[in-house]
Amino acid sequence: MDRVGIIKREKVWWVPWAFLALPLLMYLIWVIGPILVSLYYSITFKDSIFYPKGVRVVWLRNFIRLATDPQFYLALKNNLIWLAFFVIVPVPLGLFIAMMFNLEYKGSRLYKTLFYLPMTLSFTVIGTIWAWIYHPDFGALNTFLRLLGFESLGSTPWIGDKRYMTYALVFVGVWRQVPYVMILYLAGLKGVPVELVEAAMIDGARWGQRFRHVVIPLLAPATVVAITISIIDSLRAFDIIYVMTNTKARAAEVLATYMYSSAFHYQDYGYGSAIAVVQFIITLGFILIYVSNVLRNELQQ
Amino acid sequence: MEQLIVKKQTGKRRRPALVAAFYVLSTLLVAVWLMPLVIALFTSVKSMDELMGNAFMWAPPRKWIWQNFAQVWQRVGMSRYVLNTFIITVPSVLGTLFVSSLAAFALAFYQFRLNRTLLVVFIAGMLIPFQMLMIPVFRLSDLVGLRDSYQGVILFHVAFQLGFCTFFLRNFMKQIPYALMEAPRMDGASDFLIYRKVILPLSISSMAALGVLEFTWIWNDLLWSLVLLQRDILKPVTLGLANMQGEFISNYNMTAAGSIIAAAAPLLVFLVFQRFFISGLTVGAVKG
Repeated sequence: MDRVGIIKREKVWWVPWAFLALPLLMYLIWVIGPILVSLYYSITFKDSIFYPKGVRVVWLRNFIRLATDPQFYLALKNNLIWLAFFVIVPVPLGLFIAMMFNLEYKGSRLYKTLFYLPMTLSFTVIGTIWAWIYHPDFGALNTFLRLLGFESLGSTPWIGDKRYMTYALVFVGVWRQVPYVMILYLAGLKGVPVELVEAAMIDGARWGQRFRHVVIPLLAPATVVAITISIIDSLRAFDIIYVMTNTKARAAEVLATYMYSSAFHYQDYGYGSAIAVVQFIITLGFILIYVSNVLRNELQQ
Repeated sequence: MEQLIVKKQTGKRRRPALVAAFYVLSTLLVAVWLMPLVIALFTSVKSMDELMGNAFMWAPPRKWIWQNFAQVWQRVGMSRYVLNTFIITVPSVLGTLFVSSLAAFALAFYQFRLNRTLLVVFIAGMLIPFQMLMIPVFRLSDLVGLRDSYQGVILFHVAFQLGFCTFFLRNFMKQIPYALMEAPRMDGASDFLIYRKVILPLSISSMAALGVLEFTWIWNDLLWSLVLLQRDILKPVTLGLANMQGEFISNYNMTAAGSIIAAAAPLLVFLVFQRFFISGLTVGAVKG
């Protein structure tokens, strides 16, 4: 940067702020402001969304109530199930599929395109389709199970039975997450020679070594992103559950849907905000990991 | 590594067994993975009689009944929902592209104390749970009379998507040589003129890529319409489909046809602009 630029920049320090005025104002009004307001609501009692007169500060009472609310623990437990499956399944599977499609054989582009497709669909569409697949009598899943001879298993109401519903919903989420993780890994694999991956996929013992010492370190940045993003997505899960259970199946509830039903069905806005705050704090840890990773990559450049 | 590079030059020969394994495995994988979509397509053109009579959802329809689509489009009112989604999505995408390009310009070309902090705020903001915003955004929209209106939803989308868009565009603008900014400045051009006449034209391709991704995301949104819109006449296709799923639970060919209508636009956009789409999804995942 030459001296003229620096002098000029000093003179007009407000220029960047002129460009930032509109975006920052909008961000403050619709994102940052609401976060602060939600933090405040979480220490209040509010049974009407409209009238500020109804606000009564109750400090930590909402959180104390949460600590003794079995439904909250259920939602938290379900969130942990979502989180665990969103890491355990998509990360290794996405890596494997990315390595396979990355071989760049003829037609692998078409395979990639087809495999991405679920990523482009809304959760509403996905939930609608899967609700039909899970149908206890006519659903493809149970028909298939019966075809294989699992008669009793083949009549399970997958999203009607509280023992299975969360897993059935997580499965749908994972189905959509795997292509996403694959995209992340494909981007990461761009810096890795194809032959290396090819060798990795065929040569037993020697391969294990190379995989561990060459491929894995090269893919470490992509892995950090894949894991953090998947965790953040798992904590945000809402649409699939809303569409497939209409948030009426309490056994399938996660923090996001419990917040929604507490606030918008039971008019318990302070309590709903407290749930949102818990969800926010849990997510924040992973957001910070993601952000620091992004900044570190940038400093290396 | 050196050894490998040598290998890359000499050994282009591929083992037939591996090639065969690749095709078998890939085909199988894609077939299994897309089975739900195939089922949806087949279901959407079957009659109710066939759906109830034939046990196999994955069987191709004996008779393709395209009228199911016409019926969903007209009688169930899908046409209105699709129109609403367009009315919400197009201004939201254009708005967020414009506003975020301003922020991205500031963050990419100026050094000031809070530059990095603002970048972090934008990146972190795009990942926060929506539940943290729901009640205050609802109240704010109600207070200023934007609840139950297109504008309320559009403004929210523009504001919320700023986080990701600013991050994306700023990364792109960082690659533009600073000299392109400096030269016109020496000639006395104002910074806004440089933004409009130099940087913006150079960023058009990356803004198009971003636009494709944002179009899909905003099109697919359910939650914010659910929170901010009450009148049926304003509802987007995601919400229309979710309601349909409750009402027409037994008419599965109808809901399947509705799903395909709801998915058509993003699917088409993806197939046409696939490369853009992927470059957008991996921003922040790899260096650069």
